[in-house]
Order: sequence, then C-alpha cells, then structure tokens
Amino acid sequence: MNVAVGAGPDVDTRLRVYRMMLEARRFEEFAHQLFLEGLVKGTSHLGIGQEAVAAGFAAAMRADDLTFCTYRGHNHTLLRGAPPGRLMSELLGRSEGVCGGKGGSMHLTWAPTGAMGSYAIVGAHLPIAVGSAWAAVERGTGQVAVCFFGDGATNIGAFHEALNLAVVWDLPVVFVCENNLYMEYTPIGSVTAVERPAADRAAAYGLEGLLVDGNDPDAMYETASDVIARARAGGGPSLVEAVTYRHGGHSRADPGTYRPDEEVRQWLARDPIPMYRARLAGAGASEERLEEVDQSVEAWIEAAVEEAKAAPEPTVDSIATEVWADGGSRWRN
Amino acid sequence: MAELITYREAVARALAQEMERDDTVYLIGEDVAAAGGVFKTTPGLLERFGERRVRDTPISEEAIIGAVMGAAMNGLRPVAEIMFSDFLATCWDLVANQIAKTRYMTDGQVALPLVIRTANGGGVRFGAQHSQSLENWAMSVPGLKVVAPSTPRDVIALMAASVRDPDPVIFFEHKGLFASRGEVPDGELVGRLGEASVVRSGSDATILALAAMVPKALQAAHELSARGIEATVVDLRCLVPLDTRTILSTVAETGRVFTVEENPRLCGWGAEVVSIIAEEAFYDLDSPVVRITTDHIPLPASDILEDATIPSVARIVDTVIRSLD
Repeated sequence: MNVAVGAGPDVDTRLRVYRMMLEARRFEEFAHQLFLEGLVKGTSHLGIGQEAVAAGFAAAMRADDLTFCTYRGHNHTLLRGAPPGRLMSELLGRSEGVCGGKGGSMHLTWAPTGAMGSYAIVGAHLPIAVGSAWAAVERGTGQVAVCFFGDGATNIGAFHEALNLAVVWDLPVVFVCENNLYMEYTPIGSVTAVERPAADRAAAYGLEGLLVDGNDPDAMYETASDVIARARAGGGPSLVEAVTYRHGGHSRADPGTYRPDEEVRQWLARDPIPMYRARLAGAGASEERLEEVDQSVEAWIEAAVEEAKAAPEPTVDSIATEVWADGGSRWRN
Repeated sequence: MAELITYREAVARALAQEMERDDTVYLIGEDVAAAGGVFKTTPGLLERFGERRVRDTPISEEAIIGAVMGAAMNGLRPVAEIMFSDFLATCWDLVANQIAKTRYMTDGQVALPLVIRTANGGGVRFGAQHSQSLENWAMSVPGLKVVAPSTPRDVIALMAASVRDPDPVIFFEHKGLFASRGEVPDGELVGRLGEASVVRSGSDATILALAAMVPKALQAAHELSARGIEATVVDLRCLVPLDTRTILSTVAETGRVFTVEENPRLCGWGAEVVSIIAEEAFYDLDSPVVRITTDHIPLPASDILEDATIPSVARIVDTVIRSLD
C-alpha cells in the first residue's frame, strides 16, 4: 500500500481527526440504539469501522469543497458540518431534520456546508460530483469535489462514465472508494475482475492507482491533502482506494454472518479509533487532552440525541412542499 | 418584422438567445459542438460561444446527465442534449431518481435549474429504438417539467422559459418537425410553461394534441370543416405543468373531446387528461371521449407500417366523423 510517509500531521490536526472519528462513531452507535428503540425507522447503513476515511478527508477539505456520499453517509454528512441534532432528527423523521424528514437515513444532505447529498442508487453520484467540479472550474471557485463510494460501485457503469469524463475534462474531483471488502453481502473479490476494485482500474483512465490503509487516519489525511491540493492546483482527478472494514452488516437487517470469524476478529483488532488514540498518546497528545476530547464528545452526542428526541414530528402540511422551486407541488392550474 | 425559420433553426436560435443573455448557460452533449448536432439543431453555437460553453461529450448518457445535475447544484444553468429520447433509458436513474427527487428529498436545499433537450418521436423510419414518443415517461415522475413544442416560435419561447425555469425541464424536440417552418418575430422571445395554445376554434369538437400531432390535428380540422364539422384544436405544449383550465374550458364549449397521441396507447398523456375531464367536466360531455393513439406496440421501421400505426390525418378525420354521427 502507498502509505503516506513523513512525520504525519501535527498534534492539533491529529486531535481534530480523532475527535471527528469519535463523533462519527458515537453518532452511529446512538443511531443504532435509537433504531433498536424503534425511534429510527426504515433502514440504516452504518459506517462503524470506516471513520478514518471520512475524518481524514473531512479534515483535509476546504470549507467550500463539496462532498458526495452514499447511503452509508452519516459519517460524511456529519463530518462536513451538518448540525448533529438536526442530523439525528432526520433519522427520527422529525420536522427539524436536515431534510425535514423527507430524506431519511439514505439521503442525508447539508448543502450549507457542502455536504451535497447521500445517494442511494449505487454509482449515481459519481457523475454528479463530476458535474459539480465542472461548474467549479467554469466559475473559478477553486472548489474540489470529493466523491465517496463503496467497492460495489466500481462494477456499475456510472463509475466508468464518470471517471472517463473527469479525466477527459481534467476536473478537480477526487474519487474515494471505501473498499470494505463486501458489496452488500457478497465478497467484492468474488464478483470483480481485478484484485483491487478501484486501484487496479485507475490505469484505464490514465490515473495512478492509489491504495491506502483506510483504517489509518494519518494516511487518509495525508493522502486526502495531497490529492485535494493536486486537484485544486489544476492537476485533475484522482482515484483513491481506501481499504477498510465495516464492523457490522450491510444494513440494519444484516447480521453479517457471511464473514469469517477470524477476518472479523482481525479487523476489530484494527479498529481505527482505539488504534489512533494509542498512537496519539505516544506522539505528544497528553492523556488529559485525549480524555477531554472523549468527555466533550459524550456531552456533544447526548445533546444531539436529546435535541432529536425532543424535536417535533412533521405535520402533514409539509408532505407536498418543495417539489418545485416555488415551494409547492402543483402540476396543473 | 417576422422571419420564416425551421424548427431546427429555432433550437439553435433559442439556445443562442439564452446563452447570450446568461453566461451561466452551458450546452453539452454528444456531437453538439463541432458537428452542430446530429440533427443540426446546434450549428454555430460553438463558434459563437466557444469551446467551454458548448462542449462535446463521450457517449456517456449517465455522465452527461450527472454532469448537468452536479453543475446545476453548483451555480450553472446547464443544458444537456440526449441525442434520441430513447437513450433516456440509459440514464433514467439520473433523470427520475436523482434530478426529479433531489429538491424534495433535501427539503429544498438543492435547486436544479437545468434543461435536458432530446429528439423525440417517429415518422422518420428509424425503428423501435430511435422513434419513441416518451413524454409520458417524464410526465409520470413527480419533479420533472415536461415541454414538447410544435412550432418554431414555441421552440424559442418555451426553450427560453425552460432555461430560465428554476426546476428541471425535459424538453422534447420532435424529429418529424425539424424541417417544418414557421414565423418568428424579431427580438427576444420568452414564453411561459404550462400554457396550452388554442390554435383553432370550432364549436363541434375539441381535439387535444401535442408536438407532431398538432399539425396533423390542424389539417384534420381543416378537412372536417369542409364537411361541416368545426373543431377546436388545442396544442398542449406542456404536459407538466398541465393547462387544465384551457382544456376544461374548451371541453365546456364543444362537449366532444378527442386526444391525438403519438405515444403507444397505455398510460399516454391522454389517459390522464381524459381522467381529469371525466372527474371535472363529465356533465359538459355530449359523447364519450375518444383517444386516438399509436397502437400499443414497439414502432416498426417500414414506412408503410409506421404510417399505419401513428395517428394520421385521415384517421383523425374518420374517428371524429364516426363519433359525431
């Protein structure tokens, strides 16, 4: 793997990344708990175990950069600045949710800070991210679009169309494959022509195959900083494959029993959060500061959960709003 | 002053009018730039607006539609061409699942001011995969506006309205009309979406038509007039928003309604219009409403076969006469 070399980020950046990962972890653990309590309905796809990818990139992005993610998008939307109470409210289907209860877990969006949507049809958002990057170039905004997707998306046509167009138009877009080894229930290796679903295909687009340890937050942050800087400087798109693992199943309905016990055990031992905490403790972050982050995140998530639980249910008046830009849904006079 | 131009020339004129006015309007698609479009609807735009604003794409319909969606959410007002409307099937996820629903799913956070232009319709002997009339696909998806003009003047006026509209618009250009001519006034032309046009008035029957069926309905009305039947002809122009006010008022005047639809029978736009008439104007009717449509079949390529299934002037005339007997 192309593990980033060098001294690594400074302690403050690392603490920030640690905090982001912990926020994402606690947010999803509570989301799962609320699901078990019957407050979160429908389905949810947790990224527990994959936080280093979301945090490494979010910490490296500029405030006006744009994020596109999948239905496994709680982490990305949260870490790009969505207010946690309103994000949790959306999972509960409340009117104060970021999408007014109309989006739900699979469509979390917070456009004010560039979280441009969670896309639940595999692969669809890759060309959309390309388009946003195209507009960034034409308007001269200097924005970079970062598009996160799973390993399964590398086998759908939109992946190919988006990669090709991004390269042909030389656009500032970073494609990030979060390879968690399973496309839903099936091992990605058993349905893919190459060993590395994204990195091995990079050459087809004239790109370098960047393979990164997706459980190493420093490697993710440094890779993200590099490819984002390159894109912003006019160096065009990148394709990053971050190898990681989801601790749970594909969705709430999936216990993930198809995965070998030994594989699960090994990956749980590589949980990015305790690993990173230990690394930081050995790299100049005092236990006191780490403890301070831990406690602060506990207070933060408790406040978010309380806010969501107290948020009002939507009223039926909102059912037919925001189909059109006039705020309504009229299709006739 | 007015000028006689073709429907295809109107497309380029409309796009030029809007691109001149607003530098966030861009045009992308397969062969739209250097080649001027396979139907020659976009010649001269590359030379006039440059290669950044008029851009050829690979044969990648998902990338084309994804690109305009992403660009629309980041400050452009892009126009995409899908060469044949049949190809919408290859990017229907982007159109129906993404573009149509994003504003609603995000509760208004994300606006998508974009236009998807596409060559639609039959009568050109291209066979089943390059001839369909697919307005009703778009009409059935909440969140899409649907426009299908029948004259050069409406091409310009409604394209301008579509580009300026804050919502996504699917703009169907009829292949069979590209060579047709019509008068357009000088200067800027901007119409309004959701306004049908009563193109002929008569008291005996109302004929509702769209796109290439409008000139056929007008010709039929002319022939019916020679036989003592005076028909109102309504060019719907837009399916979403739908001008039900105009439809219902003409129904009230004539009491007899015919739809002329190029699409296959099931779930054509006429089915929806007829259901509205049945619910809201039943007591205005003097006879059953009649839908004149293409058979419910894939379109054949042979001219003999194609002409026999798409509604013809003769079939409209015969159907109206039989129904009024």
